[in-house]
Amino acid sequence: MSDSIISISGLNKWFGEFHVLRDINLDVASQERIVICGPSGSGKSTLIRCINRLEEHQEGSIIVDGTELSHDIKDIDSIRREVGMVFQQFNLFPHLTVLENCTLAPIWVRKLPREEAETQAMGYLERVRIPDQANKYPGQLSGGQQQRVAIARSLCMHPKIMLFDEPTSALDPEMIKEVLEVMVDLAQSGMTMLVVTHEMGFASQVADRVIFMDDGQIVEENIPSEFFENPRSDRTKLFLGQILSH
Amino acid sequence: MSDTAFHRRQAEMLPSRPAPAGQTGAVGWMRANLFSSPFNILLTLISLFLLWSIIPPAFDWAFFDAEFVGTSRDDCVGGAGACWAWIDQRIDQFVYGFYPAESRWRVNLAVLLLIPALAWVLIEKAPGARYGRWFALFYPVIATLLLVGGLGLEEVTTDKFGGFMLNLVAGLAGIVLSLPIGILLALGRRSKLPVVRVVSVTFIEVIRGVPLITLLFVAIVILNLFLPQNVSLDQLARVMIMVTLFASAYIAEVIRGGLQAIPAGQYEAAQAMGLGYWKMMRLIILPQALKISIPGIVNTFIGLFKDTTLVIIIGLFDILGQARLLQTNPEWIGEVDHETYVLASVFFFVICFSMSRYSIGLEKRLDTSGR
Ligand SMILES: Nc1ncnc2c1ncn2[C@@H]1O[C@H](COP(=O)(O)OP(=O)(O)OP(=O)(O)O)[C@@H](O)[C@H]1O
Ligand SMILES: [Mg+2]
Repeated sequence: MSDSIISISGLNKWFGEFHVLRDINLDVASQERIVICGPSGSGKSTLIRCINRLEEHQEGSIIVDGTELSHDIKDIDSIRREVGMVFQQFNLFPHLTVLENCTLAPIWVRKLPREEAETQAMGYLERVRIPDQANKYPGQLSGGQQQRVAIARSLCMHPKIMLFDEPTSALDPEMIKEVLEVMVDLAQSGMTMLVVTHEMGFASQVADRVIFMDDGQIVEENIPSEFFENPRSDRTKLFLGQILSH
Repeated sequence: MSDTAFHRRQAEMLPSRPAPAGQTGAVGWMRANLFSSPFNILLTLISLFLLWSIIPPAFDWAFFDAEFVGTSRDDCVGGAGACWAWIDQRIDQFVYGFYPAESRWRVNLAVLLLIPALAWVLIEKAPGARYGRWFALFYPVIATLLLVGGLGLEEVTTDKFGGFMLNLVAGLAGIVLSLPIGILLALGRRSKLPVVRVVSVTFIEVIRGVPLITLLFVAIVILNLFLPQNVSLDQLARVMIMVTLFASAYIAEVIRGGLQAIPAGQYEAAQAMGLGYWKMMRLIILPQALKISIPGIVNTFIGLFKDTTLVIIIGLFDILGQARLLQTNPEWIGEVDHETYVLASVFFFVICFSMSRYSIGLEKRLDTSGR
């Protein structure tokens, strides 16, 4: 595909001797929403962390928005500006207020004037429905609120792509919903999203494609309805059986 | 139950009475904290005995039996208490050393200017902080000019520096310089670049592994062997450099501890939003690491400040040197051995205790964890 915003081909990665990603090929079109699932240790996090170079790969190529990831710091930084990431543990900056968390990168990376960055941040905080918490510190918020701040913080950089690494798995059940709502909202606005999650409801509602990984490989990928109703490989069936039986 | 009885009687509009003795107030506090168990009672009694046997005699010595007026030791000989009669004549020496009397206003001015400079740095919401910080940045230049001379001010060589002013100058310079050097060393020690790492580790370990006094002798004696004949480095500058480097090695290790406490997720989040190494360190990592390291940093600062008394080995007379001088002065010999040390200790204690209190306040202010 030539119009793909992310293009991964022949990707191999090792942690020392451990072959963690094996021959990954993946193209993501602009505005596409992809859900990645698979058993623990299958390499899901490692895969999406390769896309913004939090992990270095050894073989193959990753092209993001027309720039190939190499050792060139400039390329890495320009890709990171376009790719937002939301972590399982939120990773908000505890010494900064919610608002400062959201304005930091726009001010220091995008060189936005402070007022402009703040107006924009308030806009996104409203979008994730917590404008009233702007002047609190992350430590004073609930997990769900923190994760929504983390999403707003990423959006403030106007990323073209958003990566989510199990954004709800550190949350209590009643908070999962508020975060998923924000993510559904974001998906409907046309953001390109790669989401590692086991929230199958979310997958069937918004995903264009579901990817199943095991042992560092993409075992199966399909549109959600097919993926859930007609899983082809035995591993997928086993995995879905375990997940959906809860 | 007494509670319900109390409620019932309140209906009869009895005047309120104090809570039962032994539950609240001083008596209650004492019962809970001083006499809660036999062991606690024993500790309390021992402490009381110690306080009783130390404090009244100390007060007698320092105040009630002390001699405050006089012109020489003769006025103090035979007295049971302390001899403070020397203070009014000699305090200037304890503060300024041999700094020329007609130029002492320059020291005073430097200290006076230090107050706003410190305030602008240390107090977050000080008015005019924006320009104040610039002033603070240039303060070292201003102070050096005032103290050493130049630009029309008569030169005062550093061998005239002395008394507590010398401790302050050396201590402040060391504190101001050792923090940035320590930060760089700590970052260097964790750097991915092998050369940077090896240099930092070697520096830290060598400096920490050698007694400060050895370093000072190296700076004074051995450095001369390597320096070209015509280069002369001020003796005081040498001591200050060594004390600073010594403190930076310790600060580097304290900050390294702080850096290790920052979770990897903080680095990842900063990198993921496109911050480069230095911005990430300055905006995200160091503010958190330094906050954790405050107790250790202040501890090192206090140690550094007290180490300034080692200027005695280059023949300068700081406040401790002045104390010794007076002890051997024929006019006062034999009468001021303890008193002069007490005075010097008071000076040090005031500064060190202030640092300690400030750091506690700072930690509270920077605490952003939820309530
Ligand atoms: N920095 C690392 N060094 C060595 N091994 C690692 C490292 N990070 C991950 N691994 C290993 O690589 C494998 C894949 O890890 P990864 O975190 O990508 O899995 P995952 O699919 O995200 O699993 P989970 O669902 O538990 O998050 C695991 O076996 C893990 O132990
Ligand atoms: Mg993972």
